[in-house]
Amino acid sequence: MANKKISSLEKYCFKELKDTRSGFGEALYELGKQNPKVVALCADLIGSLKMNAFANEFPDRFFQVGIAEANMMSIAAGLTIGGKIPFTGTFANFSTARVYDQVRQSIAYSDKNVKICASHSGITLGEDGATHQSLEDIGLMRILPNMTVINTCDFNQTKAATKAIAECIGPVYLRFGRPKVPNFTPENQNFEIGKGILLNHGTDVTIVSTGHLVWPSIEAGRILESKGISAEIINIHTIKPLDEKIILESVSKTKCVVTAEEHQMNGGLGDSIAQLLSRKMPTPLEMIAIDDKFGESGKPEELMTKYGLDTPNIVKAVEKVIFRK
Amino acid sequence: MLKISELKNIATQVRRDIIRMVNGAKSGHPGGSLGCADFLTALYFNIMDYDAKNFSMNGENEDLFFLSNGHISPAFYSILARAGFFEISELASFRKINTRLQGHPCTHDGLPGIRIASGSLGQGLSVAIGAALSKKLNNDNHIVYSLHGDGELEEGQIWEAAMFAAAKKVDNIISTVDYNGQQIDGTVKDVLDLGDLKAKWEAFGWIVLETNGNNISEVIETLKIAKEKTVKKKPVVILMKTEMGFGVDFMQGTNKWHGNPPNDEQTKIALSQLQETIGDY
Repeated sequence: MANKKISSLEKYCFKELKDTRSGFGEALYELGKQNPKVVALCADLIGSLKMNAFANEFPDRFFQVGIAEANMMSIAAGLTIGGKIPFTGTFANFSTARVYDQVRQSIAYSDKNVKICASHSGITLGEDGATHQSLEDIGLMRILPNMTVINTCDFNQTKAATKAIAECIGPVYLRFGRPKVPNFTPENQNFEIGKGILLNHGTDVTIVSTGHLVWPSIEAGRILESKGISAEIINIHTIKPLDEKIILESVSKTKCVVTAEEHQMNGGLGDSIAQLLSRKMPTPLEMIAIDDKFGESGKPEELMTKYGLDTPNIVKAVEKVIFRK
Repeated sequence: MLKISELKNIATQVRRDIIRMVNGAKSGHPGGSLGCADFLTALYFNIMDYDAKNFSMNGENEDLFFLSNGHISPAFYSILARAGFFEISELASFRKINTRLQGHPCTHDGLPGIRIASGSLGQGLSVAIGAALSKKLNNDNHIVYSLHGDGELEEGQIWEAAMFAAAKKVDNIISTVDYNGQQIDGTVKDVLDLGDLKAKWEAFGWIVLETNGNNISEVIETLKIAKEKTVKKKPVVILMKTEMGFGVDFMQGTNKWHGNPPNDEQTKIALSQLQETIGDY
């Protein structure tokens, strides 16, 4: 009997489940201590966004706007005039769709240094249902010129990303979520905007995932390994600007791709990768994403299963795409 | 300090610029631009403290102005050029390909004097409030001004911003309304009656002043009173009664010229009513 090969994926483990939004809240508080230019605004969701610590410690630099998100976005744009670095906090739906024209004209077109921080993105918002589940926000933000779009995968990465966006100049959309998920990326990691992270070397297929789908992609990689399929796994936290190099290098080797995200198929990460590959390296591609549907109420994990955003479906998509090579 | 007669000359020249710009571009919004020429002249040539030659986006230690009704860009551009933010010759490029003088004002092309894009209505009051909050945090005691169309007040965001400014005591802002009673589809009264506008602003917690926006002396006096009313825990708004198209008889008091340029013949007639004062661009 052959010796069992030790998987390189074994190194990814976690001690606890933590919500990404708490990573945002902790980093915002630390930024408040470090950088007096950082100000924060919230539209009646301080607790949900974990902004309490910043709001309590820095009341002069915190603006409770009330349930008036349009006003909040344009006030944030105005605060940059005078040198402030405003972080807005509300749900993803209210950070994008509800305020699209304010973001477009006052922030993106005017190239203002506003950090739009959005919690409760995706279907894992859960029981509140489709009205609050933002599945279009990546697409809406990614098509705006000047806008950087980031979707983080766990607590540590969200914390690092929050700090990193304070240092870059220009509008940023930072997307994170509500549920507690495996916190597996390193503490105090260096977050490089626009740089994908190669999680696992592989030769048979490239799995590109973002946000809450990164951990299920690692789990899928383990299952695939047991089936003799070697998956290269890339964590794309920055959807725009897209790290084309890491994707093209991987795909030139594996010759097929699966993308995975908690978002509509239209406009999301998979769409970005399909556009890149069809232009530069036509390659068989399968997408794990919501297929042109609204969400519904339910527990986050139930919804992820029902809508096919889980480990078994990533495995199936890999087997399908390899067959298409 | 310029005399009233000199300010009137500038306003007349601005009106000539407006007519020539929209005629040159064969597009643009002359009506509201003409109506606001007196106010903008008073603001930039008598009231505001700023450094036109060293424009900075952050605008620290100077007064700021935000044009929320961006479609009156011809008036804004003329004022900025005449105040020295950029060469008056550039006014000829208004709305033409590769221009910095876009149809609606923007920061995208780096035109000095502009700090935010406007055109999609209703956002400028919130932006001005944000800039005013920034000034407070910076211990900068200069004032932030904004201008809005009366039709623009139909946008809900204006009232979100009005509510916020009063609740949070943003008292270093003076907002102004071009109260000409006209909008694209007709009179404001017919399209969506604003009702008792003064009472509405007062109910929202603002100090409300009223003036004749086409009388430079009156505008200056009102702006001075408004300045005295700042830093008193309340935001200040001035309702300026104006006439759309003021200064050109056939354009005056109608919405016909809201977004239509005069043809060459009409331009000639209009310019004959506006004598060149400080020199055409």
